Amino acid sequence: MIYASLFGVSALALAAFLVWSTAGLLDRETDAAINADSQGLRERYNLFGLPGLVDTIEQRLAGNIDADAIYLLVTPDFRPIRGNLVGWPRPVTMDSDWFEVPVERGKRRTLVRLHHFDLLNGYHLLIGRDVQVRAELRRVIYDAMLWAAVIASLLGLVGAWAVRGLFRRTLADVAATAAAISSGDFTRRVLVTGDGDEFDLLAETINDMLERIARLMDGVRQVSNAIAHDLRTPIARARMRLEDAGNHAHSAADLRAAIERAQVDLDGIVAIFQALLRIAEIEAGARRSAFSAVNISSLLRDLAELYEAVAEDGGHVLATDVPDGLVAYGDREMIQQAVANLLDNALKFSPSGGMIRLAASTSANRLDVTVADAGPGIPSAERGQAVERFFRGERARSTPGSGLGLALVQAVALLHGGSLALEDNAPGLRAVLRLPVRG
Amino acid sequence: MRILVVEDDKDVANFIVKGLKEVGHVVEHSNNGRDGLFMAASETFDAIVLDRMLPGGVDGLRLLETLRSQNNNTPVLFLSAMAQVDDRVRGLKAGGDDYMTKPFAFAELLARVEALARRGKGEGPQTKVVVADLEMDLLSRGVRRAGQKIDLQPREFRLLEFLMRHAGQVVTRTMLLEGVWDYHFDPQTNVIDVHVSRLRQKVDKPFASPLIHTVRNAGYMLRPEAP
Repeated sequence: MIYASLFGVSALALAAFLVWSTAGLLDRETDAAINADSQGLRERYNLFGLPGLVDTIEQRLAGNIDADAIYLLVTPDFRPIRGNLVGWPRPVTMDSDWFEVPVERGKRRTLVRLHHFDLLNGYHLLIGRDVQVRAELRRVIYDAMLWAAVIASLLGLVGAWAVRGLFRRTLADVAATAAAISSGDFTRRVLVTGDGDEFDLLAETINDMLERIARLMDGVRQVSNAIAHDLRTPIARARMRLEDAGNHAHSAADLRAAIERAQVDLDGIVAIFQALLRIAEIEAGARRSAFSAVNISSLLRDLAELYEAVAEDGGHVLATDVPDGLVAYGDREMIQQAVANLLDNALKFSPSGGMIRLAASTSANRLDVTVADAGPGIPSAERGQAVERFFRGERARSTPGSGLGLALVQAVALLHGGSLALEDNAPGLRAVLRLPVRG
Repeated sequence: MRILVVEDDKDVANFIVKGLKEVGHVVEHSNNGRDGLFMAASETFDAIVLDRMLPGGVDGLRLLETLRSQNNNTPVLFLSAMAQVDDRVRGLKAGGDDYMTKPFAFAELLARVEALARRGKGEGPQTKVVVADLEMDLLSRGVRRAGQKIDLQPREFRLLEFLMRHAGQVVTRTMLLEGVWDYHFDPQTNVIDVHVSRLRQKVDKPFASPLIHTVRNAGYMLRPEAP
């Protein structure tokens, strides 16, 4: 409605301007002609008095310079002396200078515009123009404008109604989706018509947002489930140790040992919480503001140096294949931790003498960091779940770990707009962390 | 050493105070930010252990910022349950010298507080560090023990340097990871132990008495063998 009335007002303003500039122009031209005429006559009158004026009027009428020109000179008692009007037009009084009056002229009624002058001795002079044609033209313009205004208003109303309908349909869907989601139905999405227009863009943006919210909600649900189930076990173990020691320990040394073991258990629980918090922090995306260009080559070589010794100690071989000058855009500490997690995993699952490969390569606008091992790998059926929090593969159950390592790597990858791919290394696992080269 | 503990949780505060006193430090305690700030500003301490969330209108960050604005450079260790990377960054930016998250192991806290307090003593730039018969020349990057040259990789050199600079103090694995490798996460594998054991092979193995000692449940300490 606001837009319709705004449209109406501007259409009216345009019409008014057109009327002013066409009809108004004609009016002003007429007045200018009358003024010029009266200027000339007044000069004659000043020079030659009344007879001169009469002569001039006669000349002008006889010359027929302007067929529309009108003159009338009358005595103080309004008897015509010279002029082309039959008599003093009744509506012309003495209290104003300009008049627009209908008069009989020749055999037809016509509209004239007159300027009235008082001369010395009580004589009166009227100078004017026949404005019948102009009046008709003005009426035509007014009519045209009126119709234009009516049509424009109608079009405006129809347009407003159509646009409103369109908005209402789209917004109603958005509102319905929002309402469904606030009442708990997280599967609802805004309809995408496929027209590729702005409404589709809006719908897709909203759907992306809902997708992300749903994912975060899922994460929260998963984490609370995990806390309820997976953390119970180590807490129960620590509790049991303490209770057992309280009941059965025979010496201070026994007691101390039990307490220390319980401490280790509790530290493990704290570490799990720490990892959970870290993943949550990464997923919240707040650290994206700290992104910068990171020298991946030196980052990977430093990590390799840290882990090479460990690999050798465990009888593994860590081979590094990292070209110089690799740069990715992201958070240094997070990438460090993600690659360290992959290396931790590779070391944990590699058989003795197994080869672990840390490699990096770059193409176009992405950078792949690959950590490959010759361990048992992850069956393809489990690869999708392997990145979920607290997931422990069948073959990983017997090894220590919290099931959070890959979840963190995945979170880091997603935060960077990259991905984590788990592939078959035949045998073993090949984990590829993809990072963007530019922000 | 004189240490100020500003911590509102009674149990945590007692735990820290008792532990610090046990190893011979003089400890003052305040359970709110306002008193803590007053004590920190009016007395001299070797180090301050500071909680971030404190009652009394002055939280840990405000306390530290106020202290630093008065040109008080007492080393401060934040001890906080706020464990996010951003929290840590904010704490260090406000002028904190170290940041630990709760829950914590007392051994770690003690090691870090003692390291901070000693660092505060600023001995100026050194060119040489000596512990017993072990000598490290920081300029030529050469290491000798009992007059015998020891060849070290660059990282081994930095690891030994860190241990020597903290000679006589407990150095935890996390401190080494942060100080030598600049990593702020805990790897699951025992990476630090492996590197220390390699260093031992070169620095201790060929000689009669070991200098690098393992401190149970805490970390490592480089010191001359007790006579």
